[in-house]
Amino acid sequence: MSIDKDKIKHISKLARISIDSNKSDSLAKDLTSIFKFIEQLNELNTDKVEPLSSILNSPLRSREDKINDGKIRDKILKNSPKKNEEFFVVPKVIE
Amino acid sequence: MSEIIKKNLSDIIDLIKKKEIKSEELANLYIDKVNKGKKLNSYITTCFEHTIQKSKEFDKKPNLNSLLPGIPLAVKDLFCTNGFKTTAGSKMLENFIPQYESTVTENLWKEGAILLGKLNCDEYAMGSSNETSYFGNVINPIAKDTVPGGSSGGSASALAADLTPATIGTDTGGSIRQPASFTGTVGLKPTYGLCSRWGIVAFASSLDQAGPMTKSVKDCSIMLEAMAGFDKKDSTSIEKEKENYSKNLKTDIKGLKIGIPKEYRVENMPKEIDELWNKGKSILKDLGADIIDISLPHTKYALPTYYIVAPAEASSNLARYDGVKYGFRSSKGNDLIEMYENTRSEGFGDEVKRRILIGTYVLSSGYYDAYYLKAQKVRQLIKKDFDENFAKVDAILTPSTPSSAFKIGEKTNDPISMYLNDIFTVPVNLAGLPAISVPAGLDKKGYPLGLQLIGKTLDEQNILNVAYAFEKNCNFKNEIKNWWL
Repeated sequence: MSIDKDKIKHISKLARISIDSNKSDSLAKDLTSIFKFIEQLNELNTDKVEPLSSILNSPLRSREDKINDGKIRDKILKNSPKKNEEFFVVPKVIE
Repeated sequence: MSEIIKKNLSDIIDLIKKKEIKSEELANLYIDKVNKGKKLNSYITTCFEHTIQKSKEFDKKPNLNSLLPGIPLAVKDLFCTNGFKTTAGSKMLENFIPQYESTVTENLWKEGAILLGKLNCDEYAMGSSNETSYFGNVINPIAKDTVPGGSSGGSASALAADLTPATIGTDTGGSIRQPASFTGTVGLKPTYGLCSRWGIVAFASSLDQAGPMTKSVKDCSIMLEAMAGFDKKDSTSIEKEKENYSKNLKTDIKGLKIGIPKEYRVENMPKEIDELWNKGKSILKDLGADIIDISLPHTKYALPTYYIVAPAEASSNLARYDGVKYGFRSSKGNDLIEMYENTRSEGFGDEVKRRILIGTYVLSSGYYDAYYLKAQKVRQLIKKDFDENFAKVDAILTPSTPSSAFKIGEKTNDPISMYLNDIFTVPVNLAGLPAISVPAGLDKKGYPLGLQLIGKTLDEQNILNVAYAFEKNCNFKNEIKNWWL
């Protein structure tokens, strides 16, 4: 898989990261070599192999759907780059 | 007095218990050494007022039965510390002050330890040389032009230079064991689920594990005992009784079967590492262990698998950094979307962006099966290799790294050569197993090299015992001169 500038543009849009156009050439080159490396996996036939998504044998624990914290609004807002007394503030979304 | 901080953690604990030194005196010794060690750039944040205050509190009412009585400790800056900046080595979190404490650090404080500061690391733990940190390179105390390894590079450097008596790191693909090997220290990655991930800045959630980094195997057992334990706040935490690793440490390894995987003898591996591996085998054999040749046929596919799984999980985990709830926000952009894009472009460094893009791509529509699903299948094969061999052997011995510490800047332009550093450590994370790196010797430059012992799931005690026996018979001596003073 070769990664070109257009593909970089597409992925960076999906990832919500703006990429300087003067950097996209070297990024495309790096990603191409990384994908070439990754694609060694195609040497293996894995048709009959179950995918492994968790190494834990047991299913994840569940808990009762019960509120066990709360009243931490000020703590949650504390690190926000822009806020008023009660809310996170973002650029205007709706005209 | 200043000789005290050269000692192992277990000896320092004994001095505290015998009341030969007070916690406050100890704190002051480390503070002095940290202030003189700034050239290493191993600390991002210090909190000396807090350290002194807590050590005074300890001295007034010392609980000498705790595991880490009044011991000042610095930790990797990936663990959230309530009220103290936690940056993950990133501009994105440069001013982030957590309002809660990670479970693992909380466990350390409950055992009497006191926070000394936060240690430098690769940005979001993505790197093998500590060169991706927004806060600059960390220097390896063994020589001023070498990297300490990564991502827990600040932890390894501070430990080896006596700027903390022990520390903790995180290991997603080798980030504890590789820096331990590069600095002549001990580093253990526990079984996935043994230490809680709650409050640790997430990188790749199915691989991340916290673990101890120490000057000796005994110290390692003490730290692991303090930090491990079930936590209901981490849904992947294993529910089990706490173990007394330090009390149960023993050197008798007679009759243990140690596997030697032939696939770890890779091309272009320096002869010194092969010789060291042989030395390790003969030490364990002399101690009565059976050395058995084994095969882990899918070893060469571990790194390519890792570079799909880890970036995929990272791209999802790092989606939270949007400039709204916490962290950096760009002042550029006309609307919400542009604000997101500029925030993430300016806030993340090159390696982090590279991995987010890889992850986004392998998870994107039309490519998921070809990359992510394929990687999950190969991950199954890698785990099966270990499962089958652990029916025959009790532990596996390999080199920790394919080289000793390299020069700053040597590998920064070639991501693949940087990634190859983790060739011996990554398979363990994919299989969720515990593994320890123990210093084993020096190369001809005088740089340390480590050997890795891989254990069965939750068999930490066993690999600690083998490492302990090995350490006692290996006579490794780190040759660190205080050139930075």
